[in-house]
Amino acid sequence: MLKIWTLKKNEEAAAKKKPKTSAAQIRVQKDLTELDLPSTMKTYFPDPADLLNFTLTITPDEGLYNLDVNGLPPDHTCIGMYKGGAFNFIFQINTNYPHEPPKVKCDQKIYHPNVDLQGNVCLNILREDWKPVLNLNSVMVGLQYLFLEPNTDDPLNKEAAEELRRNRDQFVQNVQRSMRGGNIKGEQYANVVAK
Amino acid sequence: MATIDTYADSGHVSVSDWDHRYYHVDQVLDRPGPRTDPDFIPGDAVKSFLRDQCKILVIGAGGLGCEILADLALSGFKDIHVIDMDTIDISNLNRQFLFRPKDVGKPKATVAAEYITRRVPGVTVTPFYGKIQDKDDDFYMQFNLVICGLDSVEARRWMNATLVNLVDPERPESLKPLIDGGTEGFKGQARVILPTITSCYECSLDMLNKQTAFPICTIANTPRLPEHCIEWASVLEWPRVHGDKKMDTDDPDHISWLYEVALKRAKEFSIEGVTWSLTQGVVKNIIPAIASTNAIIAASCCNEAFKIATSSAAYLNNYFMLIGTEGVYSYTFEHERRPNCPVCGGESVDIQVPKDWSVERLIEMLVEKQDIQIKKPSLSTPTTNIYFQAPPQLEEATRPNLERLVSDLVPEGGEVTVTATTLPFSLSLRITYV
Ligand SMILES: [Zn+2]
Repeated sequence: MLKIWTLKKNEEAAAKKKPKTSAAQIRVQKDLTELDLPSTMKTYFPDPADLLNFTLTITPDEGLYNLDVNGLPPDHTCIGMYKGGAFNFIFQINTNYPHEPPKVKCDQKIYHPNVDLQGNVCLNILREDWKPVLNLNSVMVGLQYLFLEPNTDDPLNKEAAEELRRNRDQFVQNVQRSMRGGNIKGEQYANVVAK
Repeated sequence: MATIDTYADSGHVSVSDWDHRYYHVDQVLDRPGPRTDPDFIPGDAVKSFLRDQCKILVIGAGGLGCEILADLALSGFKDIHVIDMDTIDISNLNRQFLFRPKDVGKPKATVAAEYITRRVPGVTVTPFYGKIQDKDDDFYMQFNLVICGLDSVEARRWMNATLVNLVDPERPESLKPLIDGGTEGFKGQARVILPTITSCYECSLDMLNKQTAFPICTIANTPRLPEHCIEWASVLEWPRVHGDKKMDTDDPDHISWLYEVALKRAKEFSIEGVTWSLTQGVVKNIIPAIASTNAIIAASCCNEAFKIATSSAAYLNNYFMLIGTEGVYSYTFEHERRPNCPVCGGESVDIQVPKDWSVERLIEMLVEKQDIQIKKPSLSTPTTNIYFQAPPQLEEATRPNLERLVSDLVPEGGEVTVTATTLPFSLSLRITYV
């Protein structure tokens, strides 16, 4: 048998034994304890001992934008349209993290072009563009961005996307009504008004 | 004609060895070659180690596993163990050549072990039908070498971390070389991992091909491929219709349901190609397996196992890549360790803690320690979150621990994982009390 131990002795880093905490667990600890969340985002752990399952609540504000030459907000964004709402996303992280992305679902029925009525979210880094170098912070920031810049190109709620494309004012009104638990085109939405 | 050989010179008696059984293999064991390891001592001792003492573990008895078991048995390994959690499916029979139609439904490990034991005299293959996670450190400690022929990233990560953690500086034999093989269509790789010495599986995690995932909006709105329809059925329709009921990709009824739903969707969008087996392939993330690629990779792995077990030739250092998709191209390189690998990297420190120290005192000490330079550390053990700097709820929940004694939370010799923004990855502390 190869004399590995002779090799081993030459290895500087060799003399230490490693912990039994799983790689996924260490990575989640690192991600979570280094979260740098703005006041618009909060995490909640139903079981604080279980780092792999938690809820993220987003209470969107106007976000950051550049004023145009007249000192006015740019009109292509619907600034602050989701302000006043509190949106909950359930995170489930499995032991293959970060090889696999976390599973994220909205647990309320909300009116949003990129979230369907079952709470599935169309966010590229949650699926096709996930990479192990990304982290929970990137996902959370990505989710918040959806409320500042809803995207009509990748719709999951086609009605909402079409409205946004066709008639921005009407869309903003729909958002406001849906957030109070209103009914839009026969679909009853959850009351998400922040308490 | 088989005769009983009594190996008068080594005192070794075996009813299963016949004249010239190992004629070819012995050519490399009876004399050194130009690049043989300087430690190699040709002759009976090395043969006896290989054939009477060496205990090798094979993980997986599927496409690669069948090849590996056959190759090991025929190159002179005699005490072989195999673990596999799967049973034989009819779709395996096209390449997993140790199985016959009558074996469908039986555990792969058991059938493969029986076949090799029966077919190759003197070889004993011991099966375990179950998960690698069912076995503890003592089990893995008994082997000299481990070969993985798996198709799951998760299982490989577990095996790799287990063997890295097994390394005990006081016990040389705790260091088990891991040989890992993997194939995907015409591509494959074989690598040698010497836990804590060379780069480990986790070190190269970001090199892996991404699993194909389709944008969820494509699946929902503009399916073009049969795979899109199947993903629609499994990702969107299953939870919508079945709520919290978990999908079991090993349950044929579940696959049938997904198949029906995907087929209906495919008809709606005039997409062809949704079949039962494609459905199973997509939801189980089955990678196309080609028998001959498996044969090449398994053979490479077994040659490395042989060289490592006997020191008869230089072994692979440490990554062999085979790319058969554009002609044939192969490349061997030394994959380097990643200093911030969460399994084999990071710093590890033994520290002595007075019995009456609180967690707060320990944290102060870590922050003050010049040689590690930690700011705002978060601490945990494998079972407890000791103190977390963030998020606020966890900081609050763990704050009472600051006043508790370290010795109440961490056993003697226990491990504490420390993360902090100033650390590249993590630091592990081994605590002894004074
Ligand atoms: Zn590593």
